[in-house]
Amino acid sequence: MAELEPSDVWARLRQWTPARIGLGRAGGSLPTRALLEFELDHARARDAVHAAMDAEALARELRASGLGEAVVLQSQARDRMEYLLRPDLGRMLSAESRARLSDFANRVGPCELAVVIADGLSAVAPARHAVPLLRELQTVSGWTNVTMVVANSARVALGDEIGELLGAEAVVVLIGERPGLSSPDSLGVYLTWAPRVGRTDAERNCISNVRPEGLPYAAAARRLAYLLREARMLRLSGVRLKDDSGSGRFMADSG
Amino acid sequence: MAYSVSVRGCTRSFGDLKTLLAKATPARSGDALAGIAAENEEERALARMCLAEVPLARFLEEPVIPYEADEVTRLIVDTHDPQAFGPLSGLTVGTFREWLLDTGTDTETLTRAAPGITPEMAAAVSKLMRNQDLILAAQKCRVVTRFRNTLGLPGRMSVRLQPNHPTDDVRGIAASMLEGLLYGCGDAVIGVNPASDSLQAVTRLLEMMNAFREKYEAPTQTCVLAHVTNTLRAMERGAPVDLVFQSVGGTEKTLRSFGVTLAQLAEARAAALELRRGTVGDNVMYFETGQGSALSADAHEGVDQQTCEARAYAVARHFEPLLVNTVVGFIGPEYLYDGKQIIRAGLEDHFCGKLLGLPMGCDVCYTNHAEADQDDMDTLVTLLAVAGVNFVMGVPGADDVMLNYQSTSFHDALYVREVLGLKRAPEFEAWLEQMGIADERGRLLGKSAEQKLLPGASEWLS
Repeated sequence: MAELEPSDVWARLRQWTPARIGLGRAGGSLPTRALLEFELDHARARDAVHAAMDAEALARELRASGLGEAVVLQSQARDRMEYLLRPDLGRMLSAESRARLSDFANRVGPCELAVVIADGLSAVAPARHAVPLLRELQTVSGWTNVTMVVANSARVALGDEIGELLGAEAVVVLIGERPGLSSPDSLGVYLTWAPRVGRTDAERNCISNVRPEGLPYAAAARRLAYLLREARMLRLSGVRLKDDSGSGRFMADSG
Repeated sequence: MAYSVSVRGCTRSFGDLKTLLAKATPARSGDALAGIAAENEEERALARMCLAEVPLARFLEEPVIPYEADEVTRLIVDTHDPQAFGPLSGLTVGTFREWLLDTGTDTETLTRAAPGITPEMAAAVSKLMRNQDLILAAQKCRVVTRFRNTLGLPGRMSVRLQPNHPTDDVRGIAASMLEGLLYGCGDAVIGVNPASDSLQAVTRLLEMMNAFREKYEAPTQTCVLAHVTNTLRAMERGAPVDLVFQSVGGTEKTLRSFGVTLAQLAEARAAALELRRGTVGDNVMYFETGQGSALSADAHEGVDQQTCEARAYAVARHFEPLLVNTVVGFIGPEYLYDGKQIIRAGLEDHFCGKLLGLPMGCDVCYTNHAEADQDDMDTLVTLLAVAGVNFVMGVPGADDVMLNYQSTSFHDALYVREVLGLKRAPEFEAWLEQMGIADERGRLLGKSAEQKLLPGASEWLS
């Protein structure tokens, strides 16, 4: 039988952290309940990684919300396994998508801002949070000539090619972050001024962990609007705009 | 120089040592991504046969990255000890493997040889070794380091307590620290990855953890895993820094991508030594590494990821660290695809580090986009514990809520102690007994025990 810790103490400690403390132990090992709950969370995170984004449904939702018509595109990664193993392919548009976007750009002329909604490592994240975030952004941002794109099997840098083809001043990529066990649906937001193929991560600004339990929509929208204003004024983005230092660990999978 | 092999009427050539090493490496996604992996299994097997015939001395003549172009190569060449290499100088990579496995090659022999072994030699021989070879040879190596306690002694395994919090909330971090200590974790270090690298946040955490440790007179060390330049600034401002942390890689370009040079590491080490905070020793550095970091920074110079990783150990070795941690499954499936590749890489890293004389620990871990799960982690932590790993991580419930990946838990450490009888650092073991947390054999006492940790902790939790 599981040997429980004094429950009142751990209940008090748990209010300060989402970490898995106070699980108790069976001998030295996890009690069954905690073991199974961990497995459920892992299952959800795995499903989030492998879920396909319904791009057409997102495009319909954007239209219904008055956010505009979206162009639906696809990277060169043909399936999920290739997407995970070949980050380089997720940074390039498929030939068909590239041709379609060029046609579109020729037809409508250059836009000021390109917004790319992308699956990234969690299709659940954009499906849940992209539209609510953009609605908040609408109320605080003065950008008018905006082109919406929904992109499948995309990495952050796919926005560079998209923004360049659209002749956009800036591109904002809303992308599913690598899912954590306790946060399978975190949305990342990346801003790049003057998008061109070959831009580096040092030339982007990032807002991380956008979701109601993390950074709420309104706060994220205010921050993005601020970064957009600053970028437009300084005509640049990245470390020189605002130094967003991360932790001591290398993170290699968002790009 | 080209290398070739003829087996059963089939001849294969490899353009240079770097290419041969890459082709001989057990399959992993990062080398395929870099376009340097063997084209098929036959080429991989032939490359190993070819590599087995290469004399160890050849590695001193043909650096995988030119001496002029790379400060890590210069460090490797300039610090090589020809006297220690003497007994190995007649060996090939293949006979080196047999020498390592020979029962006559004992701990003392390996310790003497370490300064004569270059990272490329260690990487090369590991490519010919099966998992059991990596375990057997590593188990014979022993690397003992000291700061406020003694780490790496035989029959012991330590744990880094990793109480991360998504927003660096001091109470949240203290809560995870308390629980970790009550589970008997934290003898390697109590080390936090800060969510914010700002000097102010780093200093606040350093002060809290130091006050906590001093209050209970815990014989361990604390660390905020901030960038070395920030830790230097914190020291200048008088913050209580026990250990200087830095992520390091195996090429000069990788180091540059981390924003660090060898000179900066030397400066930080000197500053930490000057503080004289260690009580039983002065190993003041804590390094983290991981296969794939060079490629992810586009800084691998055509060298396979496992050889790059071994070269990072040359950087670490130069600064006499207390702890070196290979964060093996953190980087993602484009470098290590699944549980099999992660397990193999963990054993390689531990072996290569130990052979080179480093106090190797391992963050046995995976991300949710890798094809791995808790069963793979159980396998790797058990194998590493058998291999004599100096330390592993202790994360509440194995779920790092800041870095979004899964590592080993407080419970996992107890499992390892239970099945393999491994103890903690002796000073820490004695402290746990004094605190009423564990008995004289190191076993955790039950809930009825009158432990002295929680009652005094209210100042951090309100």
